[in-house]
Formats: sequence, C-alpha cells, structure tokens
Amino acid sequence: MNIYVLMKRTFDTEEKITISGGKINEDGAEFIINPYDEYAIEEAIQVRDANGGEVTVVSVGTEEAEKQLRTALAMGADKAVLINTEDDVENGDQFTTAKILSEFLKDKDADLIIAGNVAIDGGSGQVGPRVAEILGISYVTTITKLDINGSSATVVRDVEGDSEVIETSLPLLVTAQQGLNEPRYPSLPGIMKAKKKPLDELELDDLDLDEDDVEAKTKTIEIYMPPKKEAGKVLEGELEDQVKELVKLLHTEAKVV
Amino acid sequence: MARKVLVLGEVRDGSLRNVSFEAVAAGKTASEGGEVVGVLIGDSVSALASEMIHYGADRVVTVEDEKLKQYTPDGFSQALMAVIDSESPDGLIFGHTAMGKDLAPKIAAKLESGLISDVTSLEEAGGNLVFTRPIYSGKAFEKKIVTDGLLFATIRPNNIAPLEKDESRSGDVASVAAEIKDLRTIIKEVVRKASEGVDLSEAKVIIAGGRGVKSEEGFEPLKELASVLNGAVGASRGACDADYCDYSLQIGQTGKVVTPDLYIACGISGAIQHLAGMSNSKVIVAINKDPEANIFKVADYGIVGDLFEVVPLLTEEFKKLKVNA
Repeated sequence: MNIYVLMKRTFDTEEKITISGGKINEDGAEFIINPYDEYAIEEAIQVRDANGGEVTVVSVGTEEAEKQLRTALAMGADKAVLINTEDDVENGDQFTTAKILSEFLKDKDADLIIAGNVAIDGGSGQVGPRVAEILGISYVTTITKLDINGSSATVVRDVEGDSEVIETSLPLLVTAQQGLNEPRYPSLPGIMKAKKKPLDELELDDLDLDEDDVEAKTKTIEIYMPPKKEAGKVLEGELEDQVKELVKLLHTEAKVV
Repeated sequence: MARKVLVLGEVRDGSLRNVSFEAVAAGKTASEGGEVVGVLIGDSVSALASEMIHYGADRVVTVEDEKLKQYTPDGFSQALMAVIDSESPDGLIFGHTAMGKDLAPKIAAKLESGLISDVTSLEEAGGNLVFTRPIYSGKAFEKKIVTDGLLFATIRPNNIAPLEKDESRSGDVASVAAEIKDLRTIIKEVVRKASEGVDLSEAKVIIAGGRGVKSEEGFEPLKELASVLNGAVGASRGACDADYCDYSLQIGQTGKVVTPDLYIACGISGAIQHLAGMSNSKVIVAINKDPEANIFKVADYGIVGDLFEVVPLLTEEFKKLKVNA
C-alpha cells in the first residue's frame, strides 16, 4: 500500500504566544509535529504494518521542518519529503499549501493519504479536504477509527461527539481526530535508523509551479493578542455562603444565568 | 459594494441550528446592502425556509433529494454547486460546524477560491470586508481579507449575534434541481453519544471537569449541574487522558475551542493548552482545591474548595433560582 501523510511543523502547545513586529514571535519557541499529524503518522505506520507498503511523510515549509520529518522517520515512516517554499512563498494560505501538495501527489498513485484534521496554529482544517478534492478522491474528516479491507475502508467519523460509521473505498484521504490511536515515541534504534532514511527536498520549480500559480487568495492584515484577562474575584467565607453569593453574582452582575 | 451572499442553513433533527441564523447575520454584513440568499439542503427542508427569512434572509433556495437525508461531502457539494451555478454569488457563508468544516474546503477547492475559516466577527473597514479569527486556538487573533475572488467564510457558533426574528418578513422560496449521484462515502450508522442534546460548540453553558473529578463517576455531579443549566459537559486533556471521559469532550488547543456565556471549570488546574480552548468564554468560574491553580488567573469568579462539595451545592442553588424565576 502506498501511504502518504501530510505533516505540519507547529508551535508546541505549551508555548506562550507573543507578537513582535506584527508577527508571531518565534524566537526560542519549541516546535513540534502538529499533534493531530502525529495521530496521522501513527495510523499510517499501523496500516502499513498490517497491509504492507510504504509510508511517505510530506511537509510544506522551511528547512526547519527537517527536524520534525526526521522524528516522523524515527517513529517508523519510510521516507520523507520536504517541499521547501522559503524562497518562493512569502504569504501563502490554505489554497497555496493545498495546491502545492496536490501537485506533488498527483502522479504518486497514493492509496491512502492521512492528515491531521486541523493544525493547532492556523486552525483552519482546510488543507486535507482541499487536497482530496483537487486529486479527485473521496475523503472523511475527523476520524477516530480506520479499518482497511482490500480496496474498501470502514471509517468512524467524530461528528461533534456523535460517531458516524462510514463505508468507502480507496484511494481515500482521511484526517485524524484525537482518539484515533496513541502515537508512539521514537525508539533509540528508530532514531538511529531515521538518519539513514531518505529525506528529499523539493522546491516549487521541481513541481513545475510558479509563484503565481500558488498565490494566496486571502491575506492577513493584522495579528493581535486578545485583551488580557484580569484575575477575578475569589470568594471567601463559609462554602455554602460562597455558593449562594456566586449564584447571585452570576445572575445579577454577570447576567449569564 | 453590494453583494449577493449565499448562506448555508444547517438542519439537525428537523430544525435549523442556531448557527444558521448567526450565519444569516454574517451574510447580511457581508452583503453590504445586497442580497442574502438562504440555502437549505436535505430530503425535506422547504418547511424551514420561512424561518431563515424571519431571521433576515431575503429569499431561500432549496435542494431536496432523498440522497441528501444525511450529510455527505459528495451529495452536499453536488447540491451546493447546482445552487452556485444558478445564483453566481459574490459570497458564501457556512457555520464552522462539523458539516461546515468538512464541506467548505471542498467547495473552495472546486471554485479555486480562498476560504477564511472559523470567523468570530466581520466588519466593513477601509473598503474591505475584514474577518477576525482566532489563531493558536485563541492565544492570538488575526484579521484577514480576501484578495482574490469569492468572499467565503465559515463562522464559529456563538460569536456573531443573530438578527432579531421578524415573523412578518416574507420572501421567495424556490427549489433548484440537482443530480445527486455516485456518493463515495456511505453512512452506515450514526452512534449518538454526544452530551445529551446540547452540543459543546453551541452550548451557552459548559461545566468542565479536570483531573480533580478523579473518575468516570466523578463526572456525575457535573452532569447534574449541566442539566439544571441546560448546558453541556466538557473536560480537560488530563481528564480525557486518565480515561474519565471520552475524547470528544476535550476542550483545549487539542480538542474543542469553546466560547460559551458561562464556563464552570471544576478541578481543572489551567494548563496553557486548556486555557487556549476556553479563555475567550464570556464568564469563567473556577472551582479548585488549590488556591494557586492557574485557572484562577483567567476566572471571573473563583471558589477555593472541593468540587464534590461545591458542585452539588451549586446545583441546589441554581435549582432554587429557577424556581423563583
């Protein structure tokens, strides 16, 4: 089976966000594999181990994403591809990324493509379904279970807490929701092996794309921090009185109940 | 610039979800005096058209087909593309719901358009329609504009106020024919396990539990409080990781981002990753044994105490309030 994973390098979830010069300040920040993409990588490895084949992890970004791609290889992926857009794309959006990824994937005959359902930085969740549509294959988003049987697949999709059991066939793109699996940590032998696994680097030129072909359709004009929340009122006294006061405050002062 | 904006209504269990009316209000802003056209897709939806008009749609277009009884990306995109072909809109607004998140990128790819997801407000400013949306799960915000082509956005439930309902409003309701075929994903079964009726992303009140609830049973008092307040139950990653509850309840940077009117955090310490998912709630109440817990820094009101004592007392007190009201 020919399996591809779409991966993004993101800020660690425990990082505080600050802004300098109108941009998110990246100095000294820790970066990780987008947590939902970790589920995607883990699932791809499990599907390969059960069905045979190869897992290729692809990322669009800068050369800094090599570190996260190596981690994916250390987890057990077979190959990695970095599509380095540093010199060509300054302000891409989801149209940009999906166009680049689908251009890369169009002649790869992927049986299965797995992505995270959303990246925890931009949070739009568009790239997976966009890529599937451009490639002309079907997709299921926010999945919590995937069973592959020959060329058919049974998928459980999380729909705001409810579960849909969906039957479909390959080729297929799915996006991972939390609960799909428990991503493994790279083992020491895995890390050693990863150093020798192929990590190719491509640029737009290699995909026969021009900057104009991938020019964003939307633009960010401002980034700002939400107003800082003042610490509120911690109530005092007997517990029962505190509870009475709280209900009164919520009713009369905050007016939310 | 006056625009024609299509707004996709979302039907669940035979009625329109609230986010549909919020989307109509967003459509009204985006139309800048043009036309707001409601779109309803399903097996039997035309009876709901008048309600979209009461909430501000100028007219409604429906696509009805047995194969559209349940949402599938293929079925709904075929229906919607038929409407787009016949209406040639300047803008599209969907709810940022499970359906909207799934469908909108497919439509955007078909139209080769941009798409601004998870919008919390929009306004006309300096000749542009400016969309505001959270990034890093609400740790920061960005303002975006569309630079090329269609105005297309999904709006986050609970953030844009619907227009006042006016039952005297009337408008044209027309159906559009679409050939719905070759559905590649078939829904075999729907397992309902969502928190008894109230969806987390649309809930006005959320009672959330963390490690402090200690067990699956520990969520019971939270559920009772939620039912009195007609709210939903949520959880921190800690509680989910410890298997006290299903991951579908998780609120945080991984998990759901919520903005209810009232968020009551019970036994939640307030890790950054959790705060990212709830700190933009309108009013936050923290209940925690540890007075140093981080959650108190974002809470409007706090009670230092054992949630197993405080929550049942709260439930009783809210019951009294309801009786007196």
